Amino acid sequence: MQAGAQDKRIDVVGALRGAGFTGLIAFGLLLPLIGFLTGVNGSNQLVLTTRWTLLFSLVAITAAGRFIYSFALAPWLARRAQRPAISAPSARLAHVRKWAIPFAIGFVIVYPVIVVVTAGPGGAQKWIDNFGIQILIYVMLGWGLNIVVGLAGLLDLGYVAFYAVGAYSYALLAKTFGLAFWLLLPLAGILSSFWGILLGFPVLRLRGDYLAIVTLAFGEIIRLILINWVALTNGYAGIISIPRPTFFGIPFNATDHGFAAVFGLEFSPIHRVIFLYYVILALALLTCFVTVRLRRLPIGRAWEALREDEIACRSLGINTTNTKLTAFAMGAMFAGFAGSFFAAREAFISPESFTFIESATILSIVVLGGMGSQIGVAIAAIVMIGGTEIMRELDFLKQIFGPTFDPTQYRMLLFGLAMVLIMIWRPRGLIATRAPSVFLNERKIISVDLVKEGHG
Amino acid sequence: MARDGSTVLRVEHLTMRFGGIVAVNDLSFEVKRGSIAALIGPNGAGKTTVFNCITGFYKPTEGRLALQRGDPALWNALEDLTDSGQRGRVRPDGALFLLERMPDYLVAQQARVARTFQNIRLFPGMTVLENLLVAQHNRLMLASGYTFLGVLGFPSYASAERAALDKARSWLDRFGLIERADDPAGILPYGAQRRLEVARAMCTDPVLLCLDEPAAGLNPRESAELNELLLVIRDEYAISILLIEHDMSVVMNISDHVVVLDYGVKIADGAPDAVRNDSKVIAAYLGVADEDVAKVEAEVGL
Repeated sequence: MQAGAQDKRIDVVGALRGAGFTGLIAFGLLLPLIGFLTGVNGSNQLVLTTRWTLLFSLVAITAAGRFIYSFALAPWLARRAQRPAISAPSARLAHVRKWAIPFAIGFVIVYPVIVVVTAGPGGAQKWIDNFGIQILIYVMLGWGLNIVVGLAGLLDLGYVAFYAVGAYSYALLAKTFGLAFWLLLPLAGILSSFWGILLGFPVLRLRGDYLAIVTLAFGEIIRLILINWVALTNGYAGIISIPRPTFFGIPFNATDHGFAAVFGLEFSPIHRVIFLYYVILALALLTCFVTVRLRRLPIGRAWEALREDEIACRSLGINTTNTKLTAFAMGAMFAGFAGSFFAAREAFISPESFTFIESATILSIVVLGGMGSQIGVAIAAIVMIGGTEIMRELDFLKQIFGPTFDPTQYRMLLFGLAMVLIMIWRPRGLIATRAPSVFLNERKIISVDLVKEGHG
Repeated sequence: MARDGSTVLRVEHLTMRFGGIVAVNDLSFEVKRGSIAALIGPNGAGKTTVFNCITGFYKPTEGRLALQRGDPALWNALEDLTDSGQRGRVRPDGALFLLERMPDYLVAQQARVARTFQNIRLFPGMTVLENLLVAQHNRLMLASGYTFLGVLGFPSYASAERAALDKARSWLDRFGLIERADDPAGILPYGAQRRLEVARAMCTDPVLLCLDEPAAGLNPRESAELNELLLVIRDEYAISILLIEHDMSVVMNISDHVVVLDYGVKIADGAPDAVRNDSKVIAAYLGVADEDVAKVEAEVGL
């Protein structure tokens, strides 16, 4: 009892010292950034104003955050670290798992119907397009990158390059040769996976940080080519009026041969949106289905074994070169599908859509979701992309903070905060478990503490 | 094909240099089919380097490493094969390979040389059973039609996977790991991890099994159990074993043949008893010159 009390007292002192130190660092950093504000006054003179209240409240918040962390959060995390490495899934959890996935799939299938019924055809467009389609694109990209990063353990920071290849493949081939969406979709996937293999060859010998840097550079190279090869890609201006996908040959327009006329409906732009929603839903489910299938095939096990120990793989006769290349090719193929869908949906693409921030977003979806976990990635995509979109809807905040307040400008700040919190709470992602691909007697859930992250 | 006295592995004039350091110098020895050969020597003698050369992880600076399975008459084609510049020759009745010409994964896949590592290299986040299935990767890959048929759910893959599971189960039974089949390999106790690594190597259907200090860190009982298992592998499955070992109870009890290395040079080669009494070997292990052995032995009371 006495010893416990003593520990507690030392904790408080340590926490206070840590908080003071953090406050000092925050003061040093924020003094020039927040403390001083330069501006121009009426007679065009440079004036220096000081913002002591703001500065000290921010320093106090930082110090208090540090105090709470080391006083309350850190001991809790230490206790959590002692949980067992394997666990049989509890009955309740197994029940939830069994019903959650069919329920979720059922929900996304009927989602457009629900939205149209509740919001009406006019209001539904925003909810299906901005939320449904946008989130599903990122779910698909997350699942695709999950093959490379989560399963094979190859850190890829240039994933958006394959998305760009898919998008430009569709845009250029559709505009130049007038080929149909359903033909170009697989073709864009094949072209992207070809680029995936092309990237794979030079980086095969690289590991960890070096691999990450080279893939990052590859993503930038692709973007710069798209900007500078004006004759082919039209540079910054991008490609406009890309042909839209048709309903198996029936276009979505107001003409007599359009979708609405053929099916005897009143023309509405929502038809196309709903159709696109189901296309991307089918593509995302295909990605998930193939990935789940691959995990149970020798190639999927070889990917995971590669992430665990590459040398052991070679000693067992696994061609690690081919295994890595197939991982790159598979991941790139799904990005290619998503890219060609993106081009068809927007009808306009430019290099602006394929910047590094996109790669970073997709990677953080995979990392936040839990590397290798399909469900975790889907949840993370919903939170991150849905979160961005929902911030546009928070108009009531303008009544609190004034009419100039734009919540979307605080997006990155909130993402950063959310990411720090989630990484403290769950350092290996939301779903930090690995389900074995095969079992003899019972499927035990493996804690991610045992699973390697891979190093190249 | 079992113990007919023919050779399975022939190491000739193996030299491995790292810059100016000669790790292995002009080493030659043979491993007989269905026998257990031990490679021993003081720390830093170059034993693991020899293993890395045989299993293709290092390219030897000089020398020839030939492995043969099936009809021993294939050895007659050795010079012909060496001159031809090819990696190996496969015939319906056997095969002959020049290991120094093959990359590591082909040594395992085609020449069927399996190995374990001094510091255990399992797949810790995968279950014991998955570890053994990864070891059967190449056969399963073929059965899944290089993934294409497998994704579409062709029945040929399902039956191949069942066969692979049966094989894994039989080896788990043999090695006393069947109770732990669904546990991640990373939480097994040390001795069980050692056994699992050998079981995983056995799942690749090896011709030659190379074990790098299989008894390191095992207690005397576990070490005796391992001896039994290695004898079973040799006698029932007619698999040749080459092992590096410091535990003399393992070396002396089960090896048919011992090769002693010191500073990369072979200093003795023969039956365990002959090697045990070799004055050069004793001198190397005691770390003294040949002529001082008697004096040092008297000092330490041998």
